[in-house]
Amino acid sequence: MALRQFGAAAAVTTALAFAASPAHAVTEIQWWHAMTGPNNDVVVKLANDFNATQSDYKIVPSYKGSYPDTLNAGIAAFRAGNAPGIMQVFEVGTATMMSAKGAIKPVFELMKEQGETFDPQSYLPAITGYYSTAKGDMLSFPFNSSSMVMWVNLDALKKADIPEPPKTWPEVFADAKKLHATSPTCGFSSSWVTWGFIEQFNAWHNQPIGTKANGLDGFDTVLEFNSPLETKLLENLVELQKDKSYDYSGRTNTGEGRFTSGECPLYMSSSAFYPNVKANAKFTYTAVPMPYFPDVAGAPQNSIIGGASLWVMGGKSAEEYKGIAKFFTFLSDTDRQVYLHEVSGYLPITKAAYEKTKESGFYDKNPILEVPLKELTNKPPTENSRGLRFGGMVQMRDVWSEEIEAALGGKKSAKEALDAAVSRGNQMLRQFERTAAK
Amino acid sequence: MENRAIFSGRLLAPLLVLPQLAVSLIFFYWPAAQALWQSFLVQDAFGLSTEFVWLENYVALLKTPEYYHSIGVTFVFSTLVVAFSLAIGLLLAVMANRNIKGVQIYRTFLIIPYAVAPAVASVLFIFMFQPGLGMIARALQRAGIDWNPVLNGNHAMILVVIAAVWNQISYNFLFFLAGLQAIPKSVIEAAAIDGARPWRRFWTIVFPLLSPTTFFLIVVNITYAFFNTLGIIDTATEGGPNAATQTLVYKVFQDGKAGADLGSSAAQSVILMIIVIVLTAVQFRYVEKKVHY
Repeated sequence: MALRQFGAAAAVTTALAFAASPAHAVTEIQWWHAMTGPNNDVVVKLANDFNATQSDYKIVPSYKGSYPDTLNAGIAAFRAGNAPGIMQVFEVGTATMMSAKGAIKPVFELMKEQGETFDPQSYLPAITGYYSTAKGDMLSFPFNSSSMVMWVNLDALKKADIPEPPKTWPEVFADAKKLHATSPTCGFSSSWVTWGFIEQFNAWHNQPIGTKANGLDGFDTVLEFNSPLETKLLENLVELQKDKSYDYSGRTNTGEGRFTSGECPLYMSSSAFYPNVKANAKFTYTAVPMPYFPDVAGAPQNSIIGGASLWVMGGKSAEEYKGIAKFFTFLSDTDRQVYLHEVSGYLPITKAAYEKTKESGFYDKNPILEVPLKELTNKPPTENSRGLRFGGMVQMRDVWSEEIEAALGGKKSAKEALDAAVSRGNQMLRQFERTAAK
Repeated sequence: MENRAIFSGRLLAPLLVLPQLAVSLIFFYWPAAQALWQSFLVQDAFGLSTEFVWLENYVALLKTPEYYHSIGVTFVFSTLVVAFSLAIGLLLAVMANRNIKGVQIYRTFLIIPYAVAPAVASVLFIFMFQPGLGMIARALQRAGIDWNPVLNGNHAMILVVIAAVWNQISYNFLFFLAGLQAIPKSVIEAAAIDGARPWRRFWTIVFPLLSPTTFFLIVVNITYAFFNTLGIIDTATEGGPNAATQTLVYKVFQDGKAGADLGSSAAQSVILMIIVIVLTAVQFRYVEKKVHY
């Protein structure tokens, strides 16, 4: 009986397979990404939804590991001659990708060639600026964007008699010392140390990280963030580190558990930390904009994004490009963007999606999700706050982190560490310029 | 004449060696030659532009202070790992070689850690030593030690050494145990009858007779410490803080992977290969003379 059922099922499956095979071939488009957990579900759902809307193209997502792993997998595949159609690359890989002429297909070119309606003005400039040329041509398609915010444990603040979350750096330093009494192992801490304390910090204070608009205007950029302001920040952190009023939590976001467990009441990290906080924090919490030094004219400026964008690889067939262009149009749909924003906590990329979410009253219930958007749109971006584009940025962050660790560990003074970070970084930039210029 | 009858024809001998030769060729000589070639090139990540630069990658490398720092770290790390994993492996092997109840169970449990992948071993130790979360870290903090491998280079070094040693002990244990069991009982018993106490018996009879095993293990352990610990360092410290645990092989990996600087990465792996070849040659030339087969 069981066997007969199996036989019948097999016959039906075969029949279906034949019936489903279309008269024309379906073009498969590989999409390599680095999303895990609930965000992986979002990727799969997007692909499935798109595949269901039409029968000519099939987006096939596959997970390739962490952001650096995915980038390396893509580079290796390109060298071996079988790159995917779409590749998700984190924001610091932008310079590496855009310098690879011939290996990539700029998005603005793709959309024009394929005749898809595409208005760069409809996207949020603070987000697309990071992925565009100096002239404003969009090179890659923003997928998941976030910004940095200060996560606050309100219960712990109350316990330490602090009436409201700190707004400025002097307030943060003072509060961290007060919190030290009630949380002796960590008053204040942070993830993504260079993103927060160098990249965001300088943009937020309208200070340059490097010349040539932080590298956006050319690869002959020179780093210059070893300024008195940056030194002041690091010196304060070094001082607080001594008694753990500030306590370093590593280079990436592996220390985020220190906030949700209640150990560190003030914690700077990505706005994309939200779903995790919501699921795990057993205290009243909120997120506030990053602190600033009030004596800096014009501060706060606007924050910059983090996250990843979708790059289209070069040398693909016209059919594949047609499919990818249609997929990007599909992704830009306002309702889809609103849905993605609300379900994943990542930021919407179109102005219309932001407006629609606002009108729906979503932010009244979820004010935390609007904090990064308010930071990003605080003021129109300047040369210093459009973004940054340094070659070899993946390893540059490691080098900068090493120097910050040297200062926090008492091996170097803050100024010495920053000078070393700048000079070692500049060496890497020259090396990159040499291979990218040709 | 009988020998000639067995190896009839000139083809059979080369044919028998061929598989091993092919393996060496594909997995050693070919990649080594490619690394050598790559070390003379400056290339972008995607391989779109290539420039032949002779020894420039090497010169640039030898000018960076970070590289010498990395050499120092490698020697400290390797010495500690080799010394501790051999000493502890030997101690456990001697203990497990005695006639005690349930010795088979002890032996099995002592061998199991070898089946754990380096990265997994590393994760185990991260959990135990994570400040604020790990059991051991908490115990240390209660004891008044400000345990902080995220910022303190010495603590980070201790952490990766412990993980690397733990992962290698079983291997050394297994070989030492086999070596001990190969030592004829009669020799030891003769010494005992002559009145030699266990301590003296060990150092004058057992240890010298164990020297071929010890020598083999030293060579293997140095190679282990130089190369196979990459996974441990990557998961535990990523070479940090402030490059305190950045060994040579980790630097090769970091410059090649995160930096996409294949030329420098290749130059470093060529230098690393030379260091290990020289070390092994020195051992065979000088240390082996002290080995009693």
